[in-house]
Amino acid sequence: MSDYTLPTLPYAYNALEPYISEEIMTIHHTKHHQAYINALKTAEASYAQAAAPKERIALQAAIKFNGGGHINHSLFWKNLAPANSDAAKLKAGPLQDAINRDFGSLDNLKAELNASSAAVQGSGWGWLVYNKKTGKTEILTLPNQDPVLPPYVPLIGIDVWEHAYYLQYKNVRPDYLKAIWNVINFEEAEKRLVEASKVC
Amino acid sequence: MFALARNALRAPARRAFANAPAAAAASLHTLPDLPYAYNALEPYISEEIMKLHHSKHHQTYVNGLNAAEESYAKATSVKEVIALQAAIKFNGGGHINHSLFWKNLAPNAEGGGQIPEGAFKNALERDFGSVENFKKELNTQTAAVQGSGWGWLGYSPKSKKLEIVTTANQDPLITHIPIIGIDIWEHAFYLQYKNVKPDYLNAIWNVINFKEAAKRFEDAAK
Repeated sequence: MSDYTLPTLPYAYNALEPYISEEIMTIHHTKHHQAYINALKTAEASYAQAAAPKERIALQAAIKFNGGGHINHSLFWKNLAPANSDAAKLKAGPLQDAINRDFGSLDNLKAELNASSAAVQGSGWGWLVYNKKTGKTEILTLPNQDPVLPPYVPLIGIDVWEHAYYLQYKNVRPDYLKAIWNVINFEEAEKRLVEASKVC
Repeated sequence: MFALARNALRAPARRAFANAPAAAAASLHTLPDLPYAYNALEPYISEEIMKLHHSKHHQTYVNGLNAAEESYAKATSVKEVIALQAAIKFNGGGHINHSLFWKNLAPNAEGGGQIPEGAFKNALERDFGSVENFKKELNTQTAAVQGSGWGWLGYSPKSKKLEIVTTANQDPLITHIPIIGIDIWEHAFYLQYKNVKPDYLNAIWNVINFKEAAKRFEDAAK
């Protein structure tokens, strides 16, 4: 369990240009995500040594923050893809059907997810999730590095921590949110939806 | 006791919800002027950061606060009032915190970074062992904020001591009287220091306005 490593980016650091800059991708992946992994390992090592509930409880915040950071960013890199790649197109299929059914259209989904993500007060993430209880897709925002938990399954995550966009978009989060849709990996999102929809 | 927080804003007229007649236009909050030029904190905090931080981020909190208070004045039910609480806390806190922040910074050439001899310095040494210890502790706790927030040196009216407190997001400091605030939102340092928070936290000590801190302490400790 403590053998976490930084997952390789599925594309070059400059592959999401001009929508997400090479500089951001490099720092975001090699510094921020790496830091969550390092701290997660440290926290879990301490947890393994903890002898009492009080000590374990004291470590919960570090595990949640760094574990969540590792989970979220691992999902994030995979739900991005170079613009104009096949994966960045929403094709006919279960994901498109679900989006049209639950949001009316892809444009509506973008507008709603962007509005919710822009409105996050502080650091956090905007998510398109699948709700296993209702069988519907929904929008969810979470603070800091809180991970998506059952009954929700993450389909598309958008990082709205300032480090995700500030070097390029400064304070104008809405511009980043508009741009990122050019590099969303709908293929990966559909894979996640199909997996989540399976009746076990 | 919380005069500092209150005085940091121009207090709008009190208003009641439910059964209130249409409220007269509340006095709007405005962005306070920076007490120095945008480039005056160089090289410790860049001109680019100061410009964006003051004229964009803080301005947005002011605008958001005015809008939230306008809606608040029109609210006719408890439910509506409660629904507005988050916007008032976030934008009001943002306005309070940044108003305090600009004043507890000062150009290095004009005394920024220098602690005057006196009651405040003595209290720092009494409560932290040394000024160096104090800086180290504030930096450590501020760097450890998970997400966005602030690190504070605060005066506790209960214990009558100086203590370090952190707050999340734009929550204002209300358990203590704010003496020194350090913004650890990424927008406060990222353009210059990127992910290396400790470098920002070491640099900012060169532009902390200890004269203002001492004044706040003297007011608080009365």
